[in-house]
Amino acid sequence: MKYTGNVIKYGDNVDTDVIIPARYLNTSDHKELASHCMEDLDKTFVSRVQAGDIITAGQNFGCGSSREHAPIAIKASGVSLVIAKSFARIFYRNSINIGLAIVECPEAVDGIGEGDKVEADLDNGIIKNLTTGAEFKTEPFPEFVQKIIENGGLIQSIADGVIK
Amino acid sequence: MGMTMTQKILAAHAGLESVQAGQLILAKLDLVLGNDITSPVAIKEFAKLNKEGVFDKDKVTMVMDHFAPNKDIKAAEQCKMCRDFCGANEVTHFYDVGEMGIEHALLPEKGLVSAGYAVIGADSHTCTYGALGAFSTGVGSTDMACGMAIGKAWFKVPSAIKFNLTGKLRKYVSGKDVILHIIGKIGVDGALYRSMEFTGEGLSSLSMADRLCIANMAIEAGAKNGIFEVDDITLDYIKAHNGAEPQIFRADDDAQYDEVIDINLSEIEPTVSFPHLPENAKTFDQFGDIEIQQVVIGSCTNGRLEDLQEAAEIMKGKKCAKGVRVIVIPATQQIYLDAMEQGLLKIFIESGAVVSTPTCGPCLGGYMGILAAGERAVATTNRNFVGRMGHVDSEIYLASPATAAASAITGKITSPWNI
Repeated sequence: MKYTGNVIKYGDNVDTDVIIPARYLNTSDHKELASHCMEDLDKTFVSRVQAGDIITAGQNFGCGSSREHAPIAIKASGVSLVIAKSFARIFYRNSINIGLAIVECPEAVDGIGEGDKVEADLDNGIIKNLTTGAEFKTEPFPEFVQKIIENGGLIQSIADGVIK
Repeated sequence: MGMTMTQKILAAHAGLESVQAGQLILAKLDLVLGNDITSPVAIKEFAKLNKEGVFDKDKVTMVMDHFAPNKDIKAAEQCKMCRDFCGANEVTHFYDVGEMGIEHALLPEKGLVSAGYAVIGADSHTCTYGALGAFSTGVGSTDMACGMAIGKAWFKVPSAIKFNLTGKLRKYVSGKDVILHIIGKIGVDGALYRSMEFTGEGLSSLSMADRLCIANMAIEAGAKNGIFEVDDITLDYIKAHNGAEPQIFRADDDAQYDEVIDINLSEIEPTVSFPHLPENAKTFDQFGDIEIQQVVIGSCTNGRLEDLQEAAEIMKGKKCAKGVRVIVIPATQQIYLDAMEQGLLKIFIESGAVVSTPTCGPCLGGYMGILAAGERAVATTNRNFVGRMGHVDSEIYLASPATAAASAITGKITSPWNI
């Protein structure tokens, strides 16, 4: 899969409480969740995010609560990909399960600035900063995980009998 | 190659003789949990699978605890959705207002978890049940939906950090101080993707309440699970709560650990985690006077009877400081009843605290104690992230029930050793 977009950059330990505050967890409506995405960290996010944008972040992105509302809100905001130095594990598996593209690449995070245009080719493990020309390599997902992603998430994988 | 406790449980549930760190497996589940926040998302996903019903109506449980008794119309609709689903699917263990408690205090109390179980819950603090020698981990709603459908979940087998406990906790020092100390030492991602395995001679001095609290906050160090070696204290607890026959998995002598960390319980002091990360742990010699406006004693971390007993011992016959709102939340109906019969609720109310029905409420900024801008709270909860209990400019200081009670009396963050 290839993703191209402009980068919105955040730091370390972005927790799911700031990605989608609990006061909005009385709904599971994707659009409504997206309208409050990142609200307690960055009030400008909702107004400036464009379809296809890429989020970059530091260590432990998505730490805290298991709320799937967090990757749902990010995906429903139009974000195509999150690149982080590392992800909290529940956020990581939730993203795979719902089909939000994510990738760990500390070098890319350090080498990409706010607003840079980035192209990520996850099949071949290459992230290009189109603004600066810099290129970074990533590890492909394990085969089992790749299968879930290719099937459009965990639900579809079970519906199709890929996982029994 | 030897396996850790966690690896042994996972191997047994995947039908494999052995597993190793990094391996991806599909494991059978003994229990699948959800609450009123995460279950509605799971129910919608479950519907896409066109399944006749859940894989086992005795092995799925939903607990209405986060925004229940319902805080608003939307919360009421979410609980209704869970209620209707559990009714239609004849889910045995559906806990609504009147029976419910905070899920991670409730399930062990109801005997729904036993040693050797593999449990997933659509709530990050599902790692609590590791205190009973189970593999138990928080997942999202889609995992919960698939768990309800096929009774299995995929896992990457974790490596582990071993915590070798020695010594004995001092007066007014509890499991909360231990886990805040540990998170302060290793950081909020110090155990990322890994297991935290607790063992050693110090275990014998830790009550189940202490262990449940420590395992509960394993997630705050990024861990996949926290797990305690099973001993007589565990077995007595499971028996007393009519849990299923325990299956004991001990780590092999040659089990490989990424790291072994020695913790001398005798050296642990009352510890407070400063805003806005649980890793900002400090002891009282490291800070001065900090005034507070609210105290919360409760949550899946510290709403157990022992927690309330410790707080009541400190608050007995004393008044809460003027200007401090003190909210006490027994975690389950049984704890509420026991606290009432033991006279603890009387002590709290006479001191000027309020006592609430069980709910997660303020811990995640839901309701029952939301903070205004500039306000500070000492809370026995588990997270002090920005905006977690209310306004983004409010502050949460995580502490033990004893420290929270001492702080309620003085109006500033106070060591239980100094009251």
